[in-house]
Amino acid sequence: MSASILSWSLLIASLLLGVALAIAAFRMIRGPRAQDRIVAFDALYVNAMLLLLLFGIRTGSTLYFEGALVISLLGFVSTVALAKFLMRGEVIE
Amino acid sequence: MMQADQLPVWAALLASALVLLGAGFTVIGAIGLARLQTFYERLHAPTLGTTWGAGGILLGSIVYFTVAQSRPVVHEVLIAAFLTVTTPVSLMLIARAALYRDRAERNPLVPPDDASQETDA
Amino acid sequence: MSRMLPYPLLAASLLAMWVLLNGLSAGHVVLGTAIAVAASHVMLALEPAKPRIRRWYLLPKLVAIVLADIWRSNIAVARLILRRDQSKRPSGFIVVPLELRNRTGLVILAVILTSTPGTAWVEYDSTRSTVLLHIFDLVDETYWIDLIKNRYEHLLLEILE
Repeated sequence: MSASILSWSLLIASLLLGVALAIAAFRMIRGPRAQDRIVAFDALYVNAMLLLLLFGIRTGSTLYFEGALVISLLGFVSTVALAKFLMRGEVIE
Repeated sequence: MMQADQLPVWAALLASALVLLGAGFTVIGAIGLARLQTFYERLHAPTLGTTWGAGGILLGSIVYFTVAQSRPVVHEVLIAAFLTVTTPVSLMLIARAALYRDRAERNPLVPPDDASQETDA
Repeated sequence: MSRMLPYPLLAASLLAMWVLLNGLSAGHVVLGTAIAVAASHVMLALEPAKPRIRRWYLLPKLVAIVLADIWRSNIAVARLILRRDQSKRPSGFIVVPLELRNRTGLVILAVILTSTPGTAWVEYDSTRSTVLLHIFDLVDETYWIDLIKNRYEHLLLEILE
């Protein structure tokens, strides 16, 4: 009973997050300007991380959660580097 | 799925509701990213996904793993703390970069920078 | 002691994180301690302003207010995004004058305002101490200025000064 409730809701949530990922990717391709693409990239990596968390709940494995931590770390650093590049034209001065 | 069948029904319902709530907010934020017209409006859309979108999914995961008693709740707390610190920083940096670019192009939609205009003239 | 551990809270939380992620064993405690001490010396090179919090007991109140506001504005912004007619909603920039000068307080205020959907912190002018915000639903400008001044800034001033 509870297993089927959980697996169905996890499936629906994964589908919703997949839709969110697709929309963020659409905005990243569409643009129109560089800052729009960076905001879309920010949303994209957060959504990917949340999808990984859902896989973690589904399988009960801790490995996915460490993967999610790594994604959020790398995503943050790359967003900051991209925003800094837009502002100054170089990342490390 | 592992020991999910020993899970009480209330816990399964609570975790499912939280996960669906989080995913719903995230997808609404993504819809906003596609629908809204200007860049500065779109800046508000991803915060839905990083506040209650992520919060709902993390809380659902905490409920599930605490009731199933398979492992201590560490990673969720770390991810939540990390997200609350990092998303404002990245959004602020993007907003400032966008403002800088728009001002350099003298875009009429953004307020001008008074200090730099005095030095320009 | 203060030369060995310049930031005791940072070092302690780094050690706690290391042990929690890797599991409790003597080897990991030693390794985690070494990393925590090394990392706090790196922080020393960055010279961040040391935060001084005067009234600890008001912090839970701030956290509760912020969480409630984030919940409410999540629903409000979600509703606005899903509304069919997008052209009616005014959104724009406002300039809010701040009394808060403390760096830590400004950081906390910026994090609160940016992570709340509907408000985004864009630029802080340190010479005039005003902040440029972008508001998603700018129906009433005075409402937002009043909200920021009375709800967050007042409490932050009380906590930090």
